[in-house]
Amino acid sequence: MPPLEDIIAGAMLVAVTFYALLAGADFGGGVWDLFATGPRAQAQRDLISDAIAPIWEANHVWLILVITILFVAFPTAFATIMISLHIPLTLSLMGIVLRGAAFTFRHYDVHLDNVQRRWGRIFAITSTITPITLGMCIGAIASGKITDDPAHASFFSAWLNPFAISVGFLSLALFSFIAAVFLAVEAKDVGLKEDFRKRALVSAGAIFILAWVSFFLAAEGAPRVRAGLTGSTWAMIYHSATGLAATAAIFCIWTRRYMIARLFATLQLVLIVWGWAISQYPYLVPETITISDAAAPPVTLKFLFWALAAGAALLFPSFYYLYRLFKGKAAFSIIGDDSPPTNPS
Amino acid sequence: MDDLLSARLGFAMSLGFHIIFAAIGIGMPMLMVIAELQYIRTRDEMYLTLAKRWAKGSAILFAIGAVSGTIIAFQLGLLWPGFMRYAGSIIGMPFSLEGSAFFTEAIFLGIYLYGWDKISPKLHVLTGGIVALSGAVSGIFVVCANAWMNNPEGFKLLPDGKTVDFNSIDPFAAMFNRGWFHQTLHMTLAAYLATGAAVVGIHAYMLIRNRESSFHRKALGISLGMMAVTALLQPISGHISAQHVAKYQPEKLAALEGQWETKKGAPLRIGGYPDVETETTKYAIEIPYMLSILAFNDPHAEVKGLKAFPKDERPNPLIVHTAFQIMVGCGSALIGIALLALFVAWRQKGVPDNIWVLRALVAGAPLGFIAIEAGWTVTECGRQPWIIYRVLRTADAVTPVPNLIIPMITFMFLYLFLAAVVVALLKRQIAITDGPHAMDRIHRDEKRDLHHH
Repeated sequence: MPPLEDIIAGAMLVAVTFYALLAGADFGGGVWDLFATGPRAQAQRDLISDAIAPIWEANHVWLILVITILFVAFPTAFATIMISLHIPLTLSLMGIVLRGAAFTFRHYDVHLDNVQRRWGRIFAITSTITPITLGMCIGAIASGKITDDPAHASFFSAWLNPFAISVGFLSLALFSFIAAVFLAVEAKDVGLKEDFRKRALVSAGAIFILAWVSFFLAAEGAPRVRAGLTGSTWAMIYHSATGLAATAAIFCIWTRRYMIARLFATLQLVLIVWGWAISQYPYLVPETITISDAAAPPVTLKFLFWALAAGAALLFPSFYYLYRLFKGKAAFSIIGDDSPPTNPS
Repeated sequence: MDDLLSARLGFAMSLGFHIIFAAIGIGMPMLMVIAELQYIRTRDEMYLTLAKRWAKGSAILFAIGAVSGTIIAFQLGLLWPGFMRYAGSIIGMPFSLEGSAFFTEAIFLGIYLYGWDKISPKLHVLTGGIVALSGAVSGIFVVCANAWMNNPEGFKLLPDGKTVDFNSIDPFAAMFNRGWFHQTLHMTLAAYLATGAAVVGIHAYMLIRNRESSFHRKALGISLGMMAVTALLQPISGHISAQHVAKYQPEKLAALEGQWETKKGAPLRIGGYPDVETETTKYAIEIPYMLSILAFNDPHAEVKGLKAFPKDERPNPLIVHTAFQIMVGCGSALIGIALLALFVAWRQKGVPDNIWVLRALVAGAPLGFIAIEAGWTVTECGRQPWIIYRVLRTADAVTPVPNLIIPMITFMFLYLFLAAVVVALLKRQIAITDGPHAMDRIHRDEKRDLHHH
């Protein structure tokens, strides 16, 4: 039985994973709104908007969950991160807020083209910038450059370095990829499916390049994570599994099996997020704060554990119900008929 | 402007902005559910239309409430990492619980707003009920956290008098500290009251312009009910809170009453200007013995004055007393308006449509929210210089990151922008319900929404 603080850290990782997957797809949708092109540009935007509308608020609450678990269970880590990454977190925050507001306003404002386009622009641009700043925060944490020592504290160097910036762009590519795959499944029109197939392939290419760039930069920029990814046979196997998931996803997209592609793309993202976490275990903030260093007293952790368990018991079924209601059975199936029932023009 | 002041002002703006939307997120679901229940009970389609209109109007407000709440969750760390490091494992739990309750509300709100035609009417109103309940519960949790800042229980300090004894922490005792009930009662009532008064004001205004509108009449009936009940309960809750503050935070009571001298048989001050230079409160209307009576049920009870406390532990009485007068003034006005409306409704045996009553209801529209902002100013500024009462000073909790005026100004512009757009969009929503062809426009709008989803 692992220690309670590890279980709570695991719960936090699960929340991060859900955020990366669901809110990531949300952000990615915004990216494709920005790059909507061709004769079906408006149809692309409509599909994205319809996909996001009922669920975006619920998706973003995963982020709040991560923050609250962090400050209840690991308050010293929370404080240190919030000080060192004040600037990129503020930028991410502004992006998240403007994005949510623009999306809502577009939905409720008059349906005049220029008005809709104005909100759409804000929504799309903020959706593209925020994954970069959030990714930079993850990169900064992984880099081991965050320190509690006031003598060496800087409010810029942890996140304004090549490795963190590379992780930022990698996050953007990952979110765009996930969104393209999800949208290819959800699109009913053959033309739209093809549009998102192309986009999925392009962003898969971007992931490939940026993942290798990040890996090379990690030698200097994030030595612990680099060692964690390559240091043992077990790590190499894990690394290969991630690569296999990616390859399988690309193969399925290439052969137009979008529902199975969605499964492999999800698996790939989960493996990447967990790979990062495992490679820096037991550190919450390499190289200074471990999970047990920062852990709150056992009584708090116990209270939190039971609150999370009760919350999960309440919320997972509700979340499932929400998705089921608005996305139908197709939301959760992996095998299915990928060809659309009709071909409206 | 120094960094501490920038941090305080910045956070105050975020809280002041968010609480309006949070209160609406508590009050509006209650109104929507009542309207929907009326529809199920009477089969009158107008009630269903009303529920849908209220839902559509609130949807923008819920979304902005969600993003502004996200800002606060971040700013707790961005601005006050010293507080979070100290208090996170003691009082962090209610914030997590508030998150879960809000998560529940968000999910079921998605179902409520977009699922009108996907689930049965009974299931739909149940969904609305869950939204209303989880909204209220999440508000209660977060106010528990604030109550702890005023009544820090559930931990002990080490002999050095500064550091928390890690093993003494009891998060349950912290959450249900001695202040939790009076604070959550007062804020929950305030949320329903403010929302009720605002909705009443909007529909009263529309009823003045559209005297025959059955839609606005029904809307007024339901919202006036919620406003009147809460307006009459709130002074009782306020009294309970005042007695609690008198006992456990005497400096706050002294500041909000403008009481400088420690006195047996202290008077209640209405109005007045607390002068920090001369340490007196001028120009007040004083009711003899009233403060001692209200605070301690004894006309000769001793009320501590500000001068009994060291200068660096006194809240600013000019801000706190003024805000308190504004809050009580608004609350009293709302009671008056509610009583007037109830009286006329009783005489008319229906929703009051006398033009003077309607005008009074319109005038009362913003008072609940003004009272909320004023009340929070009282309790937060009344707790200064402490962020955790008599344990941690605000100045010791702020982030070391410099130039906090930059994010403060940036967020200020963001809030102004959001407020402007929200007002513009709401005006448009409301305008659809105005004029002789309102019902046609409403139904066309509904059809367009259905098509869109």
